[in-house]
Amino acid sequence: MEKFVVFKGLAAPMDRENVDTDAIIPKQFLKSIHKTGYGENLFDAWRYKDTGEPGKDNSKRPLNPDFILNQPRYQGASIMVAGKNFGCGSSREHAPWALQQYGFRAVIAPSFADIFFNNSYKNGFLPIVLTADQVRRLIDKINGFVGFQIEIDLPRQVVIADGEEMPFEISGHRKYCMVNGFDDISLTLLQAEKIRKFEEARKIRHPYYFSTNIANASL
Amino acid sequence: MPQTLYDKLWDSHVVHTEEDGTALLYIDRHLVHEVTSPQAYEGLREAGRKVWRPDSIVSTADHNTPTDGWERGLDGVVDPISLEQIVTLDKNIKATGALAYYPFLDKRQGIVHVIGPENGATLPGMTVVCGDSHTSTHGAFGCLAHGIGTSEVEHVMATQCLVQRKFKNMLVRVEGTLAPGITGKDVALAIIGKIGTAGGTGCAIEFGGSAIRSLSMEGRMTLCNMAIEAGARAGMVGVDETTLSYLKGRTFAPTGREWDVACQYWRTMKTDDGAVFDVVVEMRGEEIAPQVTWGTSPEMVTTVEGRVPDPEREKDASKRDAMERALVYMGLTPNVPITDIRLDKVFIGSCTNSRIEDMRQAAWVVKRLGKKVASNVKAALVVPGSGQVKLQAEAEGLDKIFKDAGFDWREPGCSMCLAMNADKLEPGERCASTSNRNFEGRQGAGGRTHLVSPAMAAAAAIEGRFADIRKLL
Repeated sequence: MEKFVVFKGLAAPMDRENVDTDAIIPKQFLKSIHKTGYGENLFDAWRYKDTGEPGKDNSKRPLNPDFILNQPRYQGASIMVAGKNFGCGSSREHAPWALQQYGFRAVIAPSFADIFFNNSYKNGFLPIVLTADQVRRLIDKINGFVGFQIEIDLPRQVVIADGEEMPFEISGHRKYCMVNGFDDISLTLLQAEKIRKFEEARKIRHPYYFSTNIANASL
Repeated sequence: MPQTLYDKLWDSHVVHTEEDGTALLYIDRHLVHEVTSPQAYEGLREAGRKVWRPDSIVSTADHNTPTDGWERGLDGVVDPISLEQIVTLDKNIKATGALAYYPFLDKRQGIVHVIGPENGATLPGMTVVCGDSHTSTHGAFGCLAHGIGTSEVEHVMATQCLVQRKFKNMLVRVEGTLAPGITGKDVALAIIGKIGTAGGTGCAIEFGGSAIRSLSMEGRMTLCNMAIEAGARAGMVGVDETTLSYLKGRTFAPTGREWDVACQYWRTMKTDDGAVFDVVVEMRGEEIAPQVTWGTSPEMVTTVEGRVPDPEREKDASKRDAMERALVYMGLTPNVPITDIRLDKVFIGSCTNSRIEDMRQAAWVVKRLGKKVASNVKAALVVPGSGQVKLQAEAEGLDKIFKDAGFDWREPGCSMCLAMNADKLEPGERCASTSNRNFEGRQGAGGRTHLVSPAMAAAAAIEGRFADIRKLL
């Protein structure tokens, strides 16, 4: 997992609420068995004028000039600032993958859907909650100044924009993983002995959760 | 100290807690399907890790399997990328094992959230996860069930645990009696209409009250299924005799003395009197009418007696903006009565509403109306949730009722809920759907979705427009 420490980049607004994961990456692109290749289809239905399908040459498709990320001023954007309840809908981890593979490192919003929020951290993609007022001010500034950049200092837990520092919350565990680029599995396996003991005790107390009766099942 | 059901489920699964409150939760049941698992298995292989407990896994292919042409076997899967996912799941399960695997074409294959409960693989007091947001469905059995992402799928496979922080406790209490014809779907949509799609964010929702108690297990599953549409990763209902009698005799449910011992424990899987919730929402069952969504978010909902809302009356600017955008996408004019909305397609199915009771309710309406599908409805699909639901429905003659009226009776799968297979809407087509999401493009690019109950969908198919099913009763 890529580390996230201090990052500064071009900001782009996504000024609407309830941006759902079907919008972020439409389902026809979920058929891949790999973790990469989603960036070109980020916001596919909004971004292109035609309907996207896996395998289509995206460089030849007509772009929707009205879509915000297609505007020349937002090319190379790496921090998104969005409306509340960002990432609602399905559990597809393809959503943070697509945002990340497009070039975003972080998204700032007044609130996030839980699963998206959680999935993001697992990939070194940082979702940051600021207040609705702070987000509104950021979007106004992005709209007002071409090339507006935002800095994120994760160790200090602050978003820095236009000289203003805005603190944000993150759990100690998530921060530790993000700053060091650690994935959860290796950390969890440090507790393997504890997990085994818990499992043994549970098996004795609740054997019916450990059914291995596969007589009627096809395998 | 009195505890909520969620507190009990949480406490009984914590293996380890970090200083910041992040916990390792032990996972009892892991449901695996073809779309969100390939990257997880690949990750395990690359890291040289094993599946911690294969017998916790129950698996099926459902998301992009076709719902017709099964006689052609794998050749019936025309999309090569879908086929690759189906075949990859086969290979992965064969390589690493599972308690049960119901592959594509198996007579017990079906939607993962239908087959878990119907085989007794979902039991009270369990933690259940699946790489699918509608895993909240299983909470109907008094268990802690939530959807996870692919990294978490891999994490659970490798460690049998989920890294999780505790949610807040939220109670949605619906007291009173539901009017005849009002289903779990209407209750769910009415709740979402009230609290919004982010109303339950950060919470585990327990559904309680006499109206909820009166629901069958199928109705409770529909309700918990939609908890995620209210923003809550987990929804749940406490265990009672309805729960236990549903489970008795199912494949993976205990038997004999073990059943009795289990029931003793399971009866404690409910909130103690006097337990405190962080958030409480109260509603009256009598006030819930048949629900119909009009927009592109499940919270954009009204009743069958209602009208398409007028953005001019909305004071909040960002809501008005969203409303205007939704009405343009949906091709709807403000103030038009819901019953004037004409449909192009009807879909009865999905993990929300494809169980036997849903099939019965829809078939009852079709039979009661005694007519064929309206001429303006180009297709009316009925997709049972599993092979077992299909068999049961056929044994009861429900398939015949549907087919005689001009419905298409299909093989099980997720189908047109998310249109990953060939079942989808064309741009501009309008659909009455028993599924769970009316997002832009959800049922096909440019498609327009109205969420309703199975009875309402069946009536819409016959009448060609929305109709109040209470008038049939």
